[in-house]
Amino acid sequence: MKTKTESLMAQSDRKLLSGREYRGASRIDGPLVYMRNTHPVGFGELVEVVTPDGARRSGQVLDTSDEVVVVQVFEGTDSLTLPGTGMRFMGEPLTLPVSEQMLGRVMDGLGKSRDGSGAVHGFAERDVNGVPINPTAREYPRDFIQTGISVIDGMTTLIQGQKLPIFSGNGLDHNQLAAQIARQAKVRGSEGDFCIVFAAMGVKHDVARFFTNSFEETGVLDNVALFLSLADDPSIERTITPKTALTLAEYLAFDKGKQVLVIMTDMTNYCESLREIGTMRGEIPSRKGYPGYLYSNLAEIYERSGKISGRAGSITQLPILSMPNDDISHPVPDLTGYITEGQIVFERGMQARGIYPPINCLPSLSRLMKDGIGEGMTRDDHPHLANQLFASYSHVKDVQNLASVIGEEELTTLDQQYLEFGNFFEKRFVNQGFDEDRSIEQTLDLGWEALGKLPSEELQRLSDEEIAEHYGR
Amino acid sequence: MKERIIGRVKRVNGPVLIIKDITDAMMMEMVRIGEQHLVGEVVKLYDGLATVQVYEDATGICPGDNVYGSGMSLSVELGPGLIGTIYDGIQRPLEKLMEASGAFISRGLSYDAVDHGKKWEFTPVIEAGASVHAGMVIASVEETSRVQHRIIIPPQYQSATLSEIAPSGSYTVEDVIATLVLPDGRQQKLTMLQKWPIRLPRPVSSRLALKQPLVTGLRVIDTLFPLAKGGTVAIPGGFGTGKTMTQHSIAQWCDADIIVYIGCGERGNEMTDVLREFPLLVDPRTGQSLMERTILIANTSNMPVSAREASIYTGITMAEYYRDQGYHVAIMADSTSRWAEALRELSGRMEEMPAEEGFPAYLPTRIAQFYERAGYMRNLSGSDGSVSIIGAVSPPGGDFSEPVTQHTKRFVRCFWGLDRQLASSRHYPAISWLDSYSEYLSDVKQWWNDHSEGAWHENRLRIMDLLQKEVRLQQIVKLVGPDALPDTQNFILEVCSLFKTAFLQQNAFDEVDRYCSVEKQVKMLSVILAYYEKGLEAINKGVPMVKVRRLRAVQEMARMRLTVKGDELETIDKIQLRLERSIDQIGGIYEN
Repeated sequence: MKTKTESLMAQSDRKLLSGREYRGASRIDGPLVYMRNTHPVGFGELVEVVTPDGARRSGQVLDTSDEVVVVQVFEGTDSLTLPGTGMRFMGEPLTLPVSEQMLGRVMDGLGKSRDGSGAVHGFAERDVNGVPINPTAREYPRDFIQTGISVIDGMTTLIQGQKLPIFSGNGLDHNQLAAQIARQAKVRGSEGDFCIVFAAMGVKHDVARFFTNSFEETGVLDNVALFLSLADDPSIERTITPKTALTLAEYLAFDKGKQVLVIMTDMTNYCESLREIGTMRGEIPSRKGYPGYLYSNLAEIYERSGKISGRAGSITQLPILSMPNDDISHPVPDLTGYITEGQIVFERGMQARGIYPPINCLPSLSRLMKDGIGEGMTRDDHPHLANQLFASYSHVKDVQNLASVIGEEELTTLDQQYLEFGNFFEKRFVNQGFDEDRSIEQTLDLGWEALGKLPSEELQRLSDEEIAEHYGR
Repeated sequence: MKERIIGRVKRVNGPVLIIKDITDAMMMEMVRIGEQHLVGEVVKLYDGLATVQVYEDATGICPGDNVYGSGMSLSVELGPGLIGTIYDGIQRPLEKLMEASGAFISRGLSYDAVDHGKKWEFTPVIEAGASVHAGMVIASVEETSRVQHRIIIPPQYQSATLSEIAPSGSYTVEDVIATLVLPDGRQQKLTMLQKWPIRLPRPVSSRLALKQPLVTGLRVIDTLFPLAKGGTVAIPGGFGTGKTMTQHSIAQWCDADIIVYIGCGERGNEMTDVLREFPLLVDPRTGQSLMERTILIANTSNMPVSAREASIYTGITMAEYYRDQGYHVAIMADSTSRWAEALRELSGRMEEMPAEEGFPAYLPTRIAQFYERAGYMRNLSGSDGSVSIIGAVSPPGGDFSEPVTQHTKRFVRCFWGLDRQLASSRHYPAISWLDSYSEYLSDVKQWWNDHSEGAWHENRLRIMDLLQKEVRLQQIVKLVGPDALPDTQNFILEVCSLFKTAFLQQNAFDEVDRYCSVEKQVKMLSVILAYYEKGLEAINKGVPMVKVRRLRAVQEMARMRLTVKGDELETIDKIQLRLERSIDQIGGIYEN
């Protein structure tokens, strides 16, 4: 048996062996390459894949044993041959060179330049997979971000350091909303060092262009780092894109003290790529064929947000995901909802009625809202007002159901007032323009205006003082 | 046993390793992998190979790395200093990890679970020369201002003679504080520290019948669906329905002596919230900080999956240790679904044949084993203690027919189903009064009736009956509108709607409302029922319902949960009196 020193020697041997090139794969299957007869290779190691014509691609060790090593190749396995494929195992995990110069650049999913203005330089090498933040080191997020969008600021408030996904569907206005938030978001009273990291996974070219144009028009492009892995790029690259983006975000937030907003679209594409690899490796699938570790895997992405006590920066995540067939119980939105701190849910019917943003606030939720609103943060009446709007709007839905059975005329006067309230709420409070930037005061006053359609004794969640101060003004 | 090499890594597949050249590895033995010394556990032995589960991120482990055996099962340290600490899933103190590696958790770190250097004031309660047995209390240490830590003889020493015991004074947990002479003549030195394997329930003398409720201060739970001390309950609910909020409320206000809160695969920020909030909150019964009775385990969703699987056992073992000292312990596990999913993930990596939805076939057995560790016990020392388990379940898509919810339902006796619609209209706690049940009603009936002048059982049945009637009436209203119902039936809707806003809803952020004493609950229920009875009487005399519901006393009643403080309960009696008088008054007008 080997002794401890022998094993240490073996480790230094490995250091020497790393970088050595092996030729000849034993099997190529989708994005996976199997290699036999290598030195012992570490799990998760970075791999440089050399194609028969000498080009370089990067990959990562997915499974390692003393017989065979399985490598996933991020740029795809096109044109690789069994005898002609070379591999160098680098002896270290996949890292990303990061720097502030990456702001203003357009990169691919691995952080390499795709904007034609030369190589992207980084100063610090960071492990792409990230390391979990110690829960005791976290600072509880409580700084209100004003997005200028009433239904978000008023009802599902976004907090700095939160992860708040947008659950959308095909053909809904989620991109517009994300761009509008990116444009308008600010923490009031502090001119924070704001920047945006944008990760696109499997989105169409015109969507990517929409975002670039939108950033360009508002002049924020210099403060945006874009990681694009588009629909026609190899699907495997999508599995690494959010991780590279977040690695840069962590550097900007926790080393450089910036307030980083990370927009990731579309998480469903990311999960589908994971499923693709899982099935290819013959893993036992769980729900709808997605791998059993999807929850842990998504958590490793979403949990890379927040604030750390004693450090200035923060990471706020705004992932966008499309619900296949608008089904909120589909594994991707479902697991996401269990990890993120709330969700913003789009409703097709609202978009059809011409309401933008088409957010249905009833299933939407911001878990961090309770500590970020109220006196000293937004306005003292905000918590109760939001509560009351939720309760009243939820009653509107009941009344609408009733009206569809017995007809509006048969409703009691009170219920008709509720319909009127509901109408005002959707058309005036929720609905707003692409460029309309409302302050939180405007939002709250609009909320009171909506409640003005109801008799005051219906407002049981507001205190008498609040009613006296704001009701009917 | 000294650390020894038990084999070398053959294959790495995420958190599951295959080890070859196995020498004398034991099943469930704790091992360290490679020169980084990552923690793992042997879960299978076959043909000279072993399967090992790694409790840390496996990146960088190579085939050929040495695997060192520790000679014992994955165990926890038990002794003074546990309370008030926050651990990860394998009992590493997170604050110590932060000192060592900063804001991000590095790998291969190992720390004592309790501070081995700290001195405790030790007071023996037994004299040298006495014959002692397993579980017997030999000394006590003031762990926090509300927890007297009782030093007990470890369960493995059935009977012995106490040949020496240290005098009162300050000792660390490593100092020898007693010496036993075992029946075979061997001497055994004891410290205040014990180790116990997490997967093995600690022995007890016998199980007792449950008869006391675990009072949580949440009205919908205590009054409608009570949990007994030593009982088990599942809280299932889709995301956003308030599982975590309910768990937090119970952890804050329930009348257990010790709380073990396990954040199993949950959000990092939520654990930070607990960490920040608990020390600030004051227990309404003792006036002391809630952290003085709480142990936290935080294994957030991005921490390694195997440690998530272990965290549940780590928590319950610590709970059992305090139970053995004669305490009532409540365990919150948030969420057991994440634990079941960890089982699934590991089972998948081990390429086991899956059963329902990819979960391993042994899932129900594991769930049963976990929940059966709860109970109201007669300890080895002769004292009584209990462990109650409150397990959150996160069914995918909020669908209660999925395997984890279904199997959990088989092994718990109380069920608080969370309802998405209630949560959407911000009715919290969103515990559905239609889906939920408690099998402990008959067990705690006596206790509750003793605390409510015999009224509880009867009143509870009456309000449940009204709620059932309301469902049927609502169906009619949906078809024909409320106007079609006679006032007597409309009044049932009115009372139920009042009951929901004034009684079932509870605001966890309101100073007054977040904790509701048993006495207040009893009075509140009785005034609402009096409203129904009196109101119905008046309506039968011909009083229109609107007149009854506009009474000032009814408005007062609607707000009593917020306005009546715990020490001014006579106000509710006054409201009831005013209510009855004013209904009689308008009734009088219509009689003539």
